Amino acid sequence: MSERTLRRYHAAVWDEPIVLELGREGRRGMLLPAPEAEVRATAGSVEALIPQGARRQRPPELPQLSEFEVQRHYLHLSQETLGMMGISLFGTCTMKYNPRLNELVTARPWLAELHPGQDEETLQGVLEIVHSLSEILCELSGMSQFVFQPGGGADAAYTQACITRAYHEHRGELAQRDEIITTIQAHPCNAATAAAAGFKVVTLPLEEDGYPSVAALEAAVSERTAALMVNNPDDMGIYNPNIRRWVEIVHAAGGLAFYDHANFNGVMSRLRARELGFDACMFMLHKTFGAPKGGGGPAVGAYGCSEELVPFLPRPLVRRDGDRYTIEHEGPLSIGRVREFWGNVPQVVKAYSWARALGAEGIRRAADLSVLANNYMEERLLAIRGVSKSFPELTAPRLEMTRYSLAGMTEETGVTVLDVQNRMVDYGIDAFWLSHEPWIVPEPFTPEAGELWSKEDIDYWIDVLAAVVQEAYERPEVVRSAPHNQAIHKVDGSGADDPERWATTWRAYQRKQNLAVA
Amino acid sequence: MTSRAHPYMANSAPELRDELCRAVGVSSPDELFAQIPADHLTRTPIELPPPLASEVELSRHLRSILGRNVDCERTLSFLGGGCWQHHVPAVCDEIATRTEFLTPVWGTPSSDHGRNQAWFEFSSQLGELLELDFVGLPVYSWGCAAGHALRMAARLTGRDVVLIPDLMDPERLAVMRTYCEPPGMRGHIELRAVPTDPATGTLDLDALEAALSERAAAVYVEIPGALGAVERDPERIVALAHAHGAEAVVGADPISLGVLAPPGQYGADIAVGPTQPLGVHMNCGGGVGGFIASRDEERYAREYPTLQVSLCPTTEPGERGFSLTLFEQSSYGSRELGNDWTGNSVYLWAVVNAAYMSLLGPAGFAELGELILLRSHYAARRLGALPGVAVRWPGFFKEFVVDFNRTGRTVAAINRALRERDIFGGGDLSSSHPQLGQSALYCVTEIHTQEDIDRLVAALTEVLR
Repeated sequence: MSERTLRRYHAAVWDEPIVLELGREGRRGMLLPAPEAEVRATAGSVEALIPQGARRQRPPELPQLSEFEVQRHYLHLSQETLGMMGISLFGTCTMKYNPRLNELVTARPWLAELHPGQDEETLQGVLEIVHSLSEILCELSGMSQFVFQPGGGADAAYTQACITRAYHEHRGELAQRDEIITTIQAHPCNAATAAAAGFKVVTLPLEEDGYPSVAALEAAVSERTAALMVNNPDDMGIYNPNIRRWVEIVHAAGGLAFYDHANFNGVMSRLRARELGFDACMFMLHKTFGAPKGGGGPAVGAYGCSEELVPFLPRPLVRRDGDRYTIEHEGPLSIGRVREFWGNVPQVVKAYSWARALGAEGIRRAADLSVLANNYMEERLLAIRGVSKSFPELTAPRLEMTRYSLAGMTEETGVTVLDVQNRMVDYGIDAFWLSHEPWIVPEPFTPEAGELWSKEDIDYWIDVLAAVVQEAYERPEVVRSAPHNQAIHKVDGSGADDPERWATTWRAYQRKQNLAVA
Repeated sequence: MTSRAHPYMANSAPELRDELCRAVGVSSPDELFAQIPADHLTRTPIELPPPLASEVELSRHLRSILGRNVDCERTLSFLGGGCWQHHVPAVCDEIATRTEFLTPVWGTPSSDHGRNQAWFEFSSQLGELLELDFVGLPVYSWGCAAGHALRMAARLTGRDVVLIPDLMDPERLAVMRTYCEPPGMRGHIELRAVPTDPATGTLDLDALEAALSERAAAVYVEIPGALGAVERDPERIVALAHAHGAEAVVGADPISLGVLAPPGQYGADIAVGPTQPLGVHMNCGGGVGGFIASRDEERYAREYPTLQVSLCPTTEPGERGFSLTLFEQSSYGSRELGNDWTGNSVYLWAVVNAAYMSLLGPAGFAELGELILLRSHYAARRLGALPGVAVRWPGFFKEFVVDFNRTGRTVAAINRALRERDIFGGGDLSSSHPQLGQSALYCVTEIHTQEDIDRLVAALTEVLR
């Protein structure tokens, strides 16, 4: 391990009470204007306007705090959140800088105080951006049209499943085509949304090359195949070189092919989904295109498709007519809506801004740097005792992330990858990503450096991992009982699935505590 | 240009990139893409508009485009219908832009403790407003929440029909239809419309009773309704649903719950609704979010598709932390065997919603509810007094239907004329609700003063002259 000295770190500890425990009777955080005398005289009283059975009987037991107390409470909570203030190489999520300019611009009334039902004449600016981003994504993917209505990558996958329904129904084949094929390395949302849209899910397992074989796909397709939903490269950084053949096989069987571009960062500007034959694809604007993640949204799964599928897209669509932009609210074959309105518009503006800040050359550079950084990490990571790589016999360089395993360390020390994750945050390192379910690689972890992090940050991250692994061998109890420098100690979630003990609200918690005491 | 580093990429200076290349043992990053077959590579180079790498240029560009919008702060707006203009407290804006909440994805239960607590406080305070004990983390929107709730009800009952009012918001209904799957799919849920009473805009309870059958998985009713009308006897609706073994699913705007009865008070089984009113800007519709809540009974909890956090102990006696609960039933835990699916949602807004509810407190919600009620009724009285103009239903909250049929004008023409007077009139219902003819849905909230409403009345007087 490195000789470098690790920095001292300790998270803010506030022992912050639950907000419902705070405050005093009568205190106020926000006042409302009194209704004008004439308003009151004309309108009458609450009692007169709302019948007894429809009125609230007891005031809600919300906290009573001054404005400052509320502000301070939530600032304390922000400080008790590491929140990428350290180094976050959270794989599959492509951690990026979220330019402050974009936050400031989108917070202004010209976007924040727009209503989606305004006349299009009053929305020309935002319509131009929505349209322009669609064009940029079309250039990157070869698709014909993008929509931003899906509220995340999973929602884009759901959109695909819904479009698959509509497409086959239009062709009179829906009753017959009831299967969607995916792989075990595709994000769980592909399988889940296909099922939620009413399809049976066929999941292909991996084979020795790190992806399912062409033969396996050929055996899976049939007259029942509605679509293929697949990512490439996968989360191990392995690229399926047969993907073009895959699309041909699915098309020959009569199905649609959807490219989940969750892992687009490493292949940006090198691949166009449409040129590989795909009918549709999805980009995550909150991931690849520099919009913030918000700890889980608001997000955008930008869904793009070929000309043939445009009629089925959810509406509205933004159209350009000379130098004017118009809104197409409905389409006869459209699936309708997957969510109200046109999507998380501020995120669309932020992604547009990011794409303009980089341009084609910058996007290429970002892809190069992210793959370079990932490959830079590999040699140092594999030098750490107990660390191994998924499919180690595959020697070709991985793309923007690689899945590793700490199974060797676990076997020798009993310390798990979760323990290591809990210990690394003691050094101010944001949690790493392990793996989606199911774990194909034991004790997995998946760092992704992207183009944001400096070589020094990446080195430091590896230094911390090496230090923690060394602790696992020398003082395993320190790692197992971690964290020690965080806002709180290790959480005991053993009761979280027990109906007698789970509590998603303070009301439930208090009731169960009282029962337990009684 | 390419010789300069880009501010978003630490290793983009050529000498720093070359340092990494040397360490990896390649002369160019191109060598690292050996996995991709040559015939997969883009056939033509990517062509995009020229980069605006400096913030100076980028800022100017964005301002020049967005400055062409006409927003609801500059223009007096009465638009509602699923996205509403409410006051957003400045503290909410500060919390929404805190980098620790804004930028990251997931941490550990310890390193994410503050955010987990904020999420728990979102659920807890919403639970107080709703008088319900189990609240999931939010989903994308009200329509999505309703869609999930109806699927929950169908799974719970094994039935496949849901009764809904015939007056629904078209956007929300379109989302619900998507979630309920088209006929022919194995999970299809039929949405069957129950007539509303033309005099009140509320459900015709006799018709509801007649429509209930052993196929009914749920009765779905919104209070206030999509067009503003407030059900007078929600307890009776719930009782009717229960008498036929159906779940009572209620859509409720939380901003109304300082004055309107919370779903828990009248026995609703599942409540859904919007979160945007709780401190989130309209954002051109990009502020929407939805919640799902129920009684804290295992039967319901096991059907949630969402993630949620539970208050838990830590290894330190007396210390509290939070853990995900019922993760295994989510799509993250069980792929296609989980309940529907989950993924990124609107979790940042949940933190903002929590701060909003803390700011208002019980007195704030009561005052806000009363203010909206009185001002919207004042507006309705004034508008209803204009020649040829009528307000459809007497009992409403925040939104109401203004009937222009007897003016001989279309809503489109009226709204065009209002726009010339810097007013966005109410949403045009003529195509979404043709049975109402030329009618518009007006929304009045705490941001509308009496003066604003009087200005609208004066403008309409002129326009309709």
